[in-house]
Amino acid sequence: MLQNSGSSFKLISIAILTVILALFLLPLPIVQAAQDSAKQSSFEQIVTLLAQKSFKEKAKALDALSHVDDERVERILNAMLESRLYYLKSDKTVVFTEKVDGLYQLNAVLNQESLGTVKKKKIKKISLNNKLRKKIRLILAKIKLSHPDAAVRYSGVKELLKKTSAETLFLFRELRIQENDDAVLEAIDTGIALSEIESTDVSTQLDAIKVLGESLLPVARAKVAALAVAAGNAENIDLKVRQAAEKSLKKIDGSLEFYAFIEKLFFGLSLGSVLLLAAIGLSITFGVMGVINMAHGELIMIGAYTTYVIQLLMPNNIGMSVIVAIPAAFIVAGLVGIAIERGVIRFLYGRPLETLLATFGISLILQQLVRSVFSPLNRIVETPAWMSGSWEINSALAITYNRLYIVIFSLMVFFALLVFLKKSVFGLQMRAVTQNRQMAKSMGIRSTWVDALTFGLGSGIAGVAGVALSQLTNVGPNLGQAYIIDSFMVVVFGGVGNLWGTLVGAFSLGIVNKFLEPWAGAVLAKILVLVFIILFIQSRPKGLFPQKGRAAE
Amino acid sequence: MFLKKKFQYTAFAASFAVASFCISTPTFSAETIKIGILHSLSGTMAISETTLKDTMLMLIEGQNKKGGVLGKKLEAVVVDPASNWPLFAEKTRELIEKDKVDVIFGCWTSVSRKSVLPVIEELNGLLFYPVQYEGEESSKNVFYTGAAPNQQAIPAVDYLMDELEVERWVLAGTDYVYPRTTNKILESYLKAKGVAAADIMINYTPFGHSDWQSIVSDIKKFGSTGKKTAVVSTINGDANVPFYKELGNQGVSAEDIPVVAFSVGEEELSGIDTKPLVGHLAAWNYFMSVESDENEAFIEKWQAFTKDKKRVSNDPMEAHYIGFNMWVDAVEKAGTTATDAVEKAMIGLKTPNLTGGTAVMHKNHHLSKPVLIGEIQEDGQFEVVWETEGTVPGDAWSDHLAGSKDIIADWTAPIKCGNYNTKTKKCSGQNF
Repeated sequence: MLQNSGSSFKLISIAILTVILALFLLPLPIVQAAQDSAKQSSFEQIVTLLAQKSFKEKAKALDALSHVDDERVERILNAMLESRLYYLKSDKTVVFTEKVDGLYQLNAVLNQESLGTVKKKKIKKISLNNKLRKKIRLILAKIKLSHPDAAVRYSGVKELLKKTSAETLFLFRELRIQENDDAVLEAIDTGIALSEIESTDVSTQLDAIKVLGESLLPVARAKVAALAVAAGNAENIDLKVRQAAEKSLKKIDGSLEFYAFIEKLFFGLSLGSVLLLAAIGLSITFGVMGVINMAHGELIMIGAYTTYVIQLLMPNNIGMSVIVAIPAAFIVAGLVGIAIERGVIRFLYGRPLETLLATFGISLILQQLVRSVFSPLNRIVETPAWMSGSWEINSALAITYNRLYIVIFSLMVFFALLVFLKKSVFGLQMRAVTQNRQMAKSMGIRSTWVDALTFGLGSGIAGVAGVALSQLTNVGPNLGQAYIIDSFMVVVFGGVGNLWGTLVGAFSLGIVNKFLEPWAGAVLAKILVLVFIILFIQSRPKGLFPQKGRAAE
Repeated sequence: MFLKKKFQYTAFAASFAVASFCISTPTFSAETIKIGILHSLSGTMAISETTLKDTMLMLIEGQNKKGGVLGKKLEAVVVDPASNWPLFAEKTRELIEKDKVDVIFGCWTSVSRKSVLPVIEELNGLLFYPVQYEGEESSKNVFYTGAAPNQQAIPAVDYLMDELEVERWVLAGTDYVYPRTTNKILESYLKAKGVAAADIMINYTPFGHSDWQSIVSDIKKFGSTGKKTAVVSTINGDANVPFYKELGNQGVSAEDIPVVAFSVGEEELSGIDTKPLVGHLAAWNYFMSVESDENEAFIEKWQAFTKDKKRVSNDPMEAHYIGFNMWVDAVEKAGTTATDAVEKAMIGLKTPNLTGGTAVMHKNHHLSKPVLIGEIQEDGQFEVVWETEGTVPGDAWSDHLAGSKDIIADWTAPIKCGNYNTKTKKCSGQNF
């Protein structure tokens, strides 16, 4: 239309248009700025509300914060969970803190500006209780839902599954449209089903029950069970729904039972691996050499304390310290073992009662030594990050990393020892000396030297066991006493002088113990296992795998 | 056999230590007031009790700097009962008969206290017992400066029920008298509040238990029925460290299943990485983190005395602090250290506690205490999330057990009895 008009008219109209356009465009940044400042002030106001003592008031502030769309919210909530959010006692300004050499470095919440360092007395932590922590995690989970990384979105959905509501149902439905990751989609479907199972529409309910039947989440089971059992209000529930719920419940319980069995088996293996580690050194000193070494437990303790000392020496590298501690503990405990053999035991070969008393005395000396050097209190041995936490296979089965690694480690130690004894020259000499000392001597083997090294080997392995045990139990002067009985039990049960017997004995005792524990309790389970071994030894005095042939004499 | 042997060794070593102690300071004995310290310095309980011995030495040193008591210097006689319960009785006899101490501060576990009781009553001695315990006891010769169940266990359960809306309960404990009695009280209390038997799970483990995998996994399963679940833990001693480690590893967070402990304090936590434990609870009458002038001064003195700037303080230490100050006041008031006079003077005494309130000694030999519930923080300290308004007087005989409902203890005239039935108006004489 403009093109058809005259040029002067054209000019005027362009000018008018420009003015109109300018009028239109001009207010935009102003409005934007005004909105920004409103947001800023409300954000600021809400943050200052956090600086209060009452948990109820803080909860209100958190609710308000959850409605603010600002990327700083996430940072603030995370800082709160990590207890890094403080406020100044003087004017209640909320700040981030970082601990630097006993002082606190402050950063502004609004723009991360550094505010200098202060002493602890000037600031107060914004404390949380469990309710608030839960609230924060829910808010964070909602924020996570829009994260680009699928793993983060998944963790967000998982968190929200704990407490579903009309709001989460809405959120999940929205999310489902744009989600493309299978794992996240499955979790979302479970979440939707968790809400829909309470719907009044029977077919929706049936669908939800079907979905939840595949889930192993505790919440899902609880919701399905509520429909299936429903003793008092049977009339209120549709018969079809009830039957479907009962079927789903059966399915869930079936797989739960299966996973519970696997879990128990793993617990048994884990206890067995601890027993194996504790006993394997003894199966050499007692099983192969025939020395009743009551100080065996203390050699384990020395290994655990070696781990502690190594951690003191490398405080900035805890992850590696445990690895370094393995050879170190082997050497330290091995040297102590050789010293015991050279100093005491070699005078007592063939006199078991005297050996027993002498080594018992040594165990008391070692305990007191540790008490005097390290104090009678337990020492902290830190667990490296790669050994903490658990491997979640599904909602019903999780295996803790420290136990898993110790099972693997104990098997590695076992097979390394087996290969060493069977394949190495020293292993050959050792077997020769224990089977026929005179003959071995006449073949040119220095039997005293072999004795010392064999005892050293058994002690060194006890030390290595100590490294593993330092990750599971308290490192204190009494550590060894707790394991000495168990070690003898395993060796005697498995068959003296037989490494395979020790392996089978340790794992079977561990598994039997763990299967007894649920119905007998920890105290009674242990007693029952002991009674079982006494009866077993009565009928088979040489254990599970007695030595046969000439070696047995 | 080995164990017995070991005890004999330690007993021998301990008595040797005492003997040498006595030889080194015989000249003062005429002018000093002797205080016996009966805490295990070796064995499983050493972890907790050594601290209390040091606390007593610090308090005695402080009092001596102020000029002693009745113009006399105080002298500590330290013995080591080596976590061996019968040895506690022997050492008590030795302290009273041989060392002629005027008062004993000591014991931790209830077993050790129970073994001391007959001796201390027979010889008419005086014992200050500083640890929370199961109640059901009031001896004329013992002052209980720790909490009775109504000052710790019951308020903690109330908190869980009212504030956290817990409906399912796991009562986990070490297998001996304190957890068993406490759990019996709690069980009947919960049932009276309408909790079904199926919603209570009770579990006991031996001292020093370290393999918690299956128990923690059971707790997880017990708590997965959709009802809010909490664990009430009376697990004692160093078994707590692997227990909490396992909780952390299996991912039992405080938001899902909170654990409230009655025997875990700052000292025990200083042995663990507390990051996975944030939010788990403990109920005590004192926390190191409580802000008050008295507490600040006490912690400063304690860290100077132990020459360790990171050393923590805990609830039983406060109990000794209150007990010791009250005993000093009572001796000054009575003008003598004779047991009967001091016992009489003790009742009704008031002394400031470390949390900014006042402790009062009642007729049943128990104190008034504030009850605090704290949540574990990342730095191994507790943050108070709930506390009673004012203090709660200790109840020697629980109101929640059928057998002891009508029983009270009153050591003033005219009742003068530790086990008095208010219905039959009779004193049974069965004080413990």
